[in-house]
Amino acid sequence: MRQTNVLVIGGGPAGLSAATAAAQCGARVILVDSSSRLGGQLIKQTHKFFGSREQRAGTRGIEIARLLQEEAEAARVEILPETAALGLYSDGVVTLEKNERLIKLKPERLVVATGASEKTLAFANNDLPGIYGAGAVQTLMNVHGVRPGQRAVMVGAGNIGLIVSYQLCQAGVEVAAVVEAAPSIGGYAVHASKIRRLGIPILTSYSIKAAHGGETLEGVTVWQLNEKWQGIPGTEQVLAADILCLAVGLTPLTELLWQAGCQMEYIPELGGHVPWYDENQQTSVPGIYVAGDAAAVEEASSAMVTGKLAGLASAHSLGLCPDFPVLGEKVRQELTQLRAGPTGEKIRKGLGKLRARSRPGAM
Amino acid sequence: MSLRTNGLPDQDQLTASRPSPQRLARGPVAIFECFERIPCNPCFDACPTGAVLPFADINDIPKVDFDLCTGCGNCIAACPGLAIFVVDETFSTGEALLKIPYEFSPLPERGETIQVLNRAGREVGQGKVVRIQKGRNKLATPLVWLTVPKGLAQEVRHLARYQ
Repeated sequence: MRQTNVLVIGGGPAGLSAATAAAQCGARVILVDSSSRLGGQLIKQTHKFFGSREQRAGTRGIEIARLLQEEAEAARVEILPETAALGLYSDGVVTLEKNERLIKLKPERLVVATGASEKTLAFANNDLPGIYGAGAVQTLMNVHGVRPGQRAVMVGAGNIGLIVSYQLCQAGVEVAAVVEAAPSIGGYAVHASKIRRLGIPILTSYSIKAAHGGETLEGVTVWQLNEKWQGIPGTEQVLAADILCLAVGLTPLTELLWQAGCQMEYIPELGGHVPWYDENQQTSVPGIYVAGDAAAVEEASSAMVTGKLAGLASAHSLGLCPDFPVLGEKVRQELTQLRAGPTGEKIRKGLGKLRARSRPGAM
Repeated sequence: MSLRTNGLPDQDQLTASRPSPQRLARGPVAIFECFERIPCNPCFDACPTGAVLPFADINDIPKVDFDLCTGCGNCIAACPGLAIFVVDETFSTGEALLKIPYEFSPLPERGETIQVLNRAGREVGQGKVVRIQKGRNKLATPLVWLTVPKGLAQEVRHLARYQ
């Protein structure tokens, strides 16, 4: 059985940042990722990032993926791509699958940075070909260079819905409308203004009623919602479209943490079920840390910072990183600043709830 | 209707974001259409003259000293929200020069006549491309320099090529 100081599961912004931070402290670090290319969702994010210089604001996601990987390699992180984490056992053994072979590994510390998955919606004919999660459309266009269709309808005016609408236009796809069930736009106003300039209408208090088509999607019926979020008969509009994109939120991927016996809490503001964790991202199981969207669905800039914090804290707990009291505080400050504004309100509320849940082992 | 319900700033927000008529009459200047507190400050790092004032809180809305601004456009290329534009109302008697972020391929060509669009994507007239400014980094946001009738300088925020 292989041993290592720190194992990081997930090679997105959080996992790469965690691995580099721990390795720079002198820990022996292995990072595994199920895909062949590191960067997680960054590899399809062609837009420039928000945040500050520390989180590489103004740089495009695809570029950040490359930079984070270079840093991890320079810090001598052992990277295992195309390696899926299968299980996490109570004796601390992690099972991995690579090239159809099972690997058993016993890390002293573990950072789980598995990210999140897209939610979906129930409506008539939602299984027609041409109906995608927004992430899938982004992958087709920005990773594989495939234009997914001619005319799209986007459901959801959060940042993902707004950004992917913009990217659809960049790929030469017409976007008929963005529909948003809430009475206001959820994403950043600058993203909304950006797509308005392209002539895309944003219909707030609207949702999808049904999809239509024979073999593939041909059109979508949208309708207005009342204050109880119920469709108002008579307000239906039929929009011709061969792509329907769902951008209705993300939920943390936490199966491994459930299996490890971490105390889990349901916190809607953080995206659903998340593990309880302390101010250094350590879960209720000592030695298991969580970072990025698996801990709370928020921006990639925050994911890099929670990853760094988890990496430093895990190294510190191994007797490395003697500066952690100062360094850790600095990183936590960075996080507080990112979450300080109105757009961080939801995450602050969610973390407040999480911390208020009884600490494991305490009554 | 407002920024939060339809993505369009209202007249009060636009008026407040605009440099004074005296400053506009002195030449190129950046206009920040950034109305919402979000964690973002690359415009501060991009500004070579100190016109973007230091942020006390990264969530602050950028504050600009228009007297220090030279209209260089570095902030346009850095802004993740594509929310900054440069306006030069002194370009010629009848025309203003705009510098607009444009991330579509293929880029228009110098001398090309293009449709100019307002904040809602409606065509409001024609403009002419004066220059394409590309950064050293090939992933940087290109800037299209275009001339528009002076009366449209505060209306035009995007362009489209004729097919």
